[in-house]
Amino acid sequence: MVDLIAKSPCDGLLPKTMDGISLTEVEMTSITSVAPFKGREGALSEALKTAHGMAFPAPNRATGKEGARAVWFSRGQAVLIGPEPDVALGRFAALTDQSDAWSVVRLDGEGVEEVLARLVPIDLRPQSFKRGHTARTQLMHMTASITRVGERAFQIMVFRSMSATLVHDLETAMEGVAARG
Amino acid sequence: MRITCPICGERDSREFSYRGADVALRRPSPDASEAAWDDYVHLRDNPAGVTRDLWHHAAGCSAWVVVTRNTVTHEVLETQLAADEVRA
Amino acid sequence: MRVLGKGLIDRATPVGFTFDGVRYEGFEGDTLASALLANDVRLMGRSFKYHRPRGVLTAGSEEPNALVTVGTGPAQDPNMRATVQEIYEGLEARSQNRWPSLAFDVMSVNDLAAPFLGAGFYYKTFMWPRAFWEKLYEPVIRRAAGLGALSGDPVEDRYERAWAFCDLLVIGAGPAGLMAAQTAARAGLDVILADEDARMGGRLLAERHEVGGTSGPEWVASMLEDLGGMPNVRLMTRTTVTGAYDQGTYGALERVGHHLPRAGHRPLETFWRIVAKRAILAAGALERPVAFANNDRPGIMTAGAVRAYLNRWGVSPGRAVSVFGNTDDIYRTARDLKSAGVHVAAVVDARADADAPIDVPVYKGAVVCDSAGGKHLESITIRTAGREEKISTDCLAMTGGWNPTVHLTCHMNGRPAWRDDILAFVPRPDAIPGMEVAGACNGAMSTAACLREGAEAAGGIVADLGKSVSELDLPEAEDDPYRPAPLWHVPGKGRAWLDFQNDVTVKDVRQAAVENFRSVEHMKRYTTQGMATDQGKNSNVAALAVLADATGRAIPETGTTTFRPPYAPVAMAAMGSGAQGKGFAPERFTTSHKATVERKAPMIEAGLWYRPSYFPHPGEDTWRQSCDREVGYVRNAVGICDVSTLGKVDIQGPDAAKLLDFVYINMFSTLKVGRVRYGLMLREDGHVMDDGTTARLAEHHYVMTTTTAAAGQVMAHLDFVHQCLHPEWDVSFTSVTEQWAQFAVAGPKSRALLNNLLDLPLDDATWPFMACGEISVAGIKGRLFRISFSGEHAYEIAVPARYGDSLFRLLVARAEGMEGGAYGMEALNVLRIEKGFITHSEIHGRVTAFDIGMERMVSAKKDCIGKVMAARPGLMDPERERLVGLKPAGATKQLTTGAHLFAQGADPVRLNDQGYITSVGFSPSLGSMLALGFLKNGPDRYGETVKMVDHVRGIEALCEVVNPVFFDPEGGRVRG
Repeated sequence: MVDLIAKSPCDGLLPKTMDGISLTEVEMTSITSVAPFKGREGALSEALKTAHGMAFPAPNRATGKEGARAVWFSRGQAVLIGPEPDVALGRFAALTDQSDAWSVVRLDGEGVEEVLARLVPIDLRPQSFKRGHTARTQLMHMTASITRVGERAFQIMVFRSMSATLVHDLETAMEGVAARG
Repeated sequence: MRITCPICGERDSREFSYRGADVALRRPSPDASEAAWDDYVHLRDNPAGVTRDLWHHAAGCSAWVVVTRNTVTHEVLETQLAADEVRA
Repeated sequence: MRVLGKGLIDRATPVGFTFDGVRYEGFEGDTLASALLANDVRLMGRSFKYHRPRGVLTAGSEEPNALVTVGTGPAQDPNMRATVQEIYEGLEARSQNRWPSLAFDVMSVNDLAAPFLGAGFYYKTFMWPRAFWEKLYEPVIRRAAGLGALSGDPVEDRYERAWAFCDLLVIGAGPAGLMAAQTAARAGLDVILADEDARMGGRLLAERHEVGGTSGPEWVASMLEDLGGMPNVRLMTRTTVTGAYDQGTYGALERVGHHLPRAGHRPLETFWRIVAKRAILAAGALERPVAFANNDRPGIMTAGAVRAYLNRWGVSPGRAVSVFGNTDDIYRTARDLKSAGVHVAAVVDARADADAPIDVPVYKGAVVCDSAGGKHLESITIRTAGREEKISTDCLAMTGGWNPTVHLTCHMNGRPAWRDDILAFVPRPDAIPGMEVAGACNGAMSTAACLREGAEAAGGIVADLGKSVSELDLPEAEDDPYRPAPLWHVPGKGRAWLDFQNDVTVKDVRQAAVENFRSVEHMKRYTTQGMATDQGKNSNVAALAVLADATGRAIPETGTTTFRPPYAPVAMAAMGSGAQGKGFAPERFTTSHKATVERKAPMIEAGLWYRPSYFPHPGEDTWRQSCDREVGYVRNAVGICDVSTLGKVDIQGPDAAKLLDFVYINMFSTLKVGRVRYGLMLREDGHVMDDGTTARLAEHHYVMTTTTAAAGQVMAHLDFVHQCLHPEWDVSFTSVTEQWAQFAVAGPKSRALLNNLLDLPLDDATWPFMACGEISVAGIKGRLFRISFSGEHAYEIAVPARYGDSLFRLLVARAEGMEGGAYGMEALNVLRIEKGFITHSEIHGRVTAFDIGMERMVSAKKDCIGKVMAARPGLMDPERERLVGLKPAGATKQLTTGAHLFAQGADPVRLNDQGYITSVGFSPSLGSMLALGFLKNGPDRYGETVKMVDHVRGIEALCEVVNPVFFDPEGGRVRG
């Protein structure tokens, strides 16, 4: 009898803490890409509310809460993070399992925006990028999904294969900020 | 240079990849003349002034955006989703 | 010499440093220049061309003379300006461009040869023979004339890049900038105040002006305290805004670590990109030297610099100082010196009509026309109405007036305008969209005017951005008139320097005009005026005035040169910050990476991915041995290869089939659910874009695969087709490349291997060639595709990526138990060449479906991208270079990629070229080298012998033209 062992994207790379800022891997969970069929956006949003308690997010926004979140992900697409998608959603949207496709990390702590300012070309200061805001942008050379999930906390997603680079880039930025004292 | 993505908002141009003139939106029918296809695939204007071209928000939401801009002043005058323009 | 009781340095904190190996002491707050002057070190460098002894000229980043090298080895920083470099305990600085020492420089013989080294010297002298330029002239000139050098060691320092955003960027923190920042911040704008100095305050730190009833430095301190307490204000010291770019983006260089000993991960510099809704340029003004004979001796400096050293750093650059110039600044300078107890030898006022309310010898309507001294100034010659008088002095403070710092306003093609009243260029309005200009850089030359302009510029922006300003409360400050008289150069014999660093004299500029280089741009290039590291900040306007005079034109009609970014020198390391080492590009690792590296496989880069080249076994000395063995696994047993890097696109929706029919040349709407089909994609110009297999998982659900190389391009193409050509189609797609770990299981024993592993066994009836579907391994759901890139009975098995590492190890272990094992890219390449399968080596962008023998795949029943253009006669000409196989047919058995093909008896020259080779490999299955290539009329020439010539490696071989499917041409094995 064979057994397949699961490994997380940042296996052996995280956590790291520096100068009050922590970088941790978010425990692997279900991630489903949800792309509404033409004209079914409203029905999909209702189905999402019924099944998982959150509306389909507007562009650049995330809905839901820790453990069950819908994050806008690109033109005409969001990802449902946490729950396995209810079958009812399949009537209104193309569903694609992406649970293993993304490396998901959390960057948390005082001054976290200073770290991200070294990597991300958009304004992530609290007054412009509030809790529940999300963006598709770059982190260094990688395309990334960045969501503010707390007062001082961001969820960052990049392609799974780039996990080592993600950790390297974030660690380098954390070191640069910490070294200024 | 900064470009306003109609979906994501104003972003640095590094997030976009450039394709060229918005001519690419107006694909001739398969039975159109040789000249029409030649125009579509090969011939481009090189205006000093206002031009309209296509940018792909590749490192963002993946939208194709029609950007109206001035090649002399570098002003970006207008942006809109290519899909909206084609549907209209 | 240090002056008691003056300056903003911390005399309680002495700081030790070395210059050219000699240890000196300065104080916290000193720059290298101020500390050296305090120690009476005046000789700080040698000029670029003539190796003239030079001292400090200025007190800022515009310094042309006092360039030094700081540190050694990997930490060696050349061309650091002593006027910017702050001292710290242990700082090691060295002078540059001298040998063997600063005091005795052999190359100063150039100075004696000066009559021959004038403008255009290089152009005139080193013209022929041409071959001598690279081998002789240039190396010699480069050694003789130069700046500091890098160590040649790789940089170990960190450099950072960062982004910042604000409503208002204020550039410069002098009176105008401080006032602007406070006005805007109090109205609620997000403000960044950036200043290149270590300490904010601008000229207020260098002058003795009172502001609002307190001393300048005290007023600055109170402003900074107020601004520092506001959460919407970011103060950035040591930050030079280097460039203004489109849509309110500014480049800025922050010197983070240059003023401190190296420590830990602290970056040396951070290159900022600041995105600002609006900006205020409050960069002040730069003082002009005066050109007179021998005006370059150490000890001659700008009057503003003398006041700065005195008032800010408590240093008098001389013991008997004289002052020369054309504005009231000369009296201000003399007063400051006198009040500090420094002897003032003379005041030389170029104007005849000025008041002289000061108790020192004043020469009105006079000029300094010469200087004397060795390594430092000893005397000057004063000329008054034809009478000349020599006086002793060891420092001359000179001023030719001030140039507003207009540079940033020129970065987007703005041309400054001439103002006759202040004899200077000022920015035109709206030179940079969104930027206002305030203070001295706008031609406002009194403190009161600067404060007012700063507040007003900010007030206007606050109103524009929809906020309101409370009543302006401008502090009291000096409002002295600024009345310069023209004073560009003093006529007379001897060389009068304009550009100190590049050794350009008044005579050089006149010579350029004589030789008809009358345009300012031509003069600049002919003389190298303004092309040094200070980019003409000290000299351009004076040079322009000389050129105007020589060509009989006014200054404004003579024009200005173009100031381009960066405002101050930026190290390449800062420009490339973040891209050192692993920061250069992301690395993409497959889930089998760890297990692969454990097996000591050399990794090769495939785009950003890392893939194994081969898996060496003990006893194998060459890669060929490993490769041959791995090919044998697939041909005789079973081989395992990670193919996860291929692009995978999940396509869903009622119009999914329409999309596929439109992007592929062949039909996918007719593909049965549970089956896979090979597809070829064209660009709209009719050439091949990519190929791959697409599986139909359900009626409205496909998975497309792309090549590793073109995955990103194909995704963008699908986005384009959907959004720009057919937005009405109800289809969505998303990349699932990263979701699945996918492995090829290839070879005659592949099914046997899988049947020992899968929860349900496979057979030919339910899993024929090109079948696909769901499977499960150890209860984990996956996908299986019966496809082959080797021509063998083969499968690709996909599981969620988290299980990739585990499944790869399991598959390889099982294969090894069946006389097989893992294979790498080399073996994969040989296997596909044996079968004539193409990769991007063949579909390289200039190749059509016709060229690779796939034109019959183009469906007649539908339109598709590239169909119309591919049908052009020129793209269907049989004479085109078309895909063939090639085998060695002569004594030489070696074939090489990139070699060209010729008829057997033809000269191997371009006109006879018949094609080229794209891929080669040694086939252990057939015992020969095999090649794929393109040959004119190729498929009609099977059996013919042609000549391969590799002009680069010098190889010539006869080859037989054959069908590109070398191995198992009937294709029986794949169905087997």
